Amino acid sequence: MVYLLIFISAIFVNNIVFSQFLGICPFLGVSKKIDTALGMGAAVTFVLTLATIVTYLLQKYVLVAFHVEFLQTILFILVIAALVQMIELVLKKVSPSLYQALGVFLPLITTNCCILGVAIMVGDGTWVSKIPNAESGLLQGTVYAFATAIGFALALVLFAGIREQLSLNRVPKAMQGTPIALLVAGLLAMAFMGFSGVV
Amino acid sequence: MVLSLTLICAFAAAALGGVYTLTKEPIEQAKQLKQTEAIAKVLPPYSTLSEPEEVGANIIHIAYDEQSEVAGAAVETSENGFGGKFRLIVGFDHTGNIVSYEVLEHQETPGLGSHMVDWFKTDKNNQSICGKSPATYAMRVSKEEGGKVDAITAATISSKAFLLAVNNAYDAFKQAVLADATSALDTLSQASDTTNLILGDTLITAGDSLTIDSLQLSSEQQTSEL
Amino acid sequence: MNKAIKTLTNGILRENPTFGLVLGMCPTLATTTSAINGMSMGLATMFVLVCSNVVISLLKNLIPDKVRIPSFIVIIATFVTLVQLTMQAYLPALYDTLGLFIPLIVVNCIVLGRAEAFAAKNNVGLSLLDGLGMGIGFTLSLTVLGAIREILGSGSIFGLQVYPDSYAPLIFVLAPGAFICLAYLMAAMKKIVK
Repeated sequence: MVYLLIFISAIFVNNIVFSQFLGICPFLGVSKKIDTALGMGAAVTFVLTLATIVTYLLQKYVLVAFHVEFLQTILFILVIAALVQMIELVLKKVSPSLYQALGVFLPLITTNCCILGVAIMVGDGTWVSKIPNAESGLLQGTVYAFATAIGFALALVLFAGIREQLSLNRVPKAMQGTPIALLVAGLLAMAFMGFSGVV
Repeated sequence: MVLSLTLICAFAAAALGGVYTLTKEPIEQAKQLKQTEAIAKVLPPYSTLSEPEEVGANIIHIAYDEQSEVAGAAVETSENGFGGKFRLIVGFDHTGNIVSYEVLEHQETPGLGSHMVDWFKTDKNNQSICGKSPATYAMRVSKEEGGKVDAITAATISSKAFLLAVNNAYDAFKQAVLADATSALDTLSQASDTTNLILGDTLITAGDSLTIDSLQLSSEQQTSEL
Repeated sequence: MNKAIKTLTNGILRENPTFGLVLGMCPTLATTTSAINGMSMGLATMFVLVCSNVVISLLKNLIPDKVRIPSFIVIIATFVTLVQLTMQAYLPALYDTLGLFIPLIVVNCIVLGRAEAFAAKNNVGLSLLDGLGMGIGFTLSLTVLGAIREILGSGSIFGLQVYPDSYAPLIFVLAPGAFICLAYLMAAMKKIVK
């Protein structure tokens, strides 16, 4: 039951893009076509879930165990950067087709703040405050990270679909490009606000 | 290559370690201060504070006055609101009247549920819960039957959750403080019983006359009813 | 001298991080619920930007090219943690409001972007000015956005009530308002700069 709540909360109610403002850069950057949006969404899902597991274990067995919680930021960002590099190398060797699909997005992911943001939230256990009955732990934390990534992918694909349509419209000159994209994001955020209070 | 990276890392870690030891104490102090400030704000004047004590899911701090009698208690409690969990500290005086409260943490919608921070302290219409006791004043939103408190405009769920938390805090208060007080009263009445026995005759006669009075009263009532 | 002034003003106007380069959108949208929050976030970022720019331009010859990016990240993360610890100690209330977005300065594209594009190629003085200019530009745009959202959404500016907040359209302090305000502000800036 709690897993269902985590899913609904992370995807709809507290959508990472529309209500927590994380991962806006790739959200605006790689959302011009649905195909690329799907690729980016898949890459983020993969890296975010894996990174959360690794950073959670590091937080618990290294940072907290040795009382060096203040090194969290520095350690997490290095681990995420290294992890992305490793995933890239492994994918290249093991599955060239998957590498073809995700490869271009991987380097971009290191500076995607939703990865570090979710890793910190799960590491500190602050994510549970938004979901009733959730408890900070590896399993629930991982599920939360996965669900958040799905929420990110959903936001990205929805947004890309609208932007594909938008490119056919005549937009006032000053509003072209980022402004109109932000405006659309604002309207989407308003739609997602309708979910608030569901969980 | 690896050496220079290791050097940079080592240097960074050392620098941070230094800053960490420097700021460790102020950080602790800041956290402590936040808590003690919140407790001081919600309690009546007191001289000493007991160690925090857990009552169910709540944490209670009992305050004593100079005669080391209970002056009141501050109860920390949490509840699920509209946007997530919120933490609240409610202060009661020794009779169970709410002195004030402080919201320590919340995730409520800004401008709507977030008004809970001061809404229930503002003396306007039936908003305020201060100076009232959950035992005698129904701490439920006025939309519900018997409820007496006005909910925050357009944030009924937050208001209901808030009042539920207040009631929970009161239950914890009752359990920790009022239970002690009643047992204290019991010992007091037992003590007076023994004095009664010593006093003997006079008391019994007084008691007799009382019963006669009450008998007369009841017979008068009966006649008037007839 | 001329170059110094140019470097300083570059970040404020022509290559303003928010309106010109469209970088660092996450803190821009998330922390601008009021003018003071936006300004604090801007100042925290500015501190990291200036410090990391200076240190990186000092060390640029000592860092091998291959481990350039990881080294930059470590340096930036160090300053971010420094800000984090200091804020927790001396400005706990502000730290609670900005919360997660303080450690996330690490992944703010402006900081790494300036380190890579400017500090790694220029001397200390110019890097300092560049960091300062970019920081001021970022702080200004966050403050302006925060002020607009605050005055529209809660009827006050820098905490000073201008009109009763019950008349204020709440949507501007909520998530959608952030996107919409920034969209129109950006369009207006485009028109003005041109």
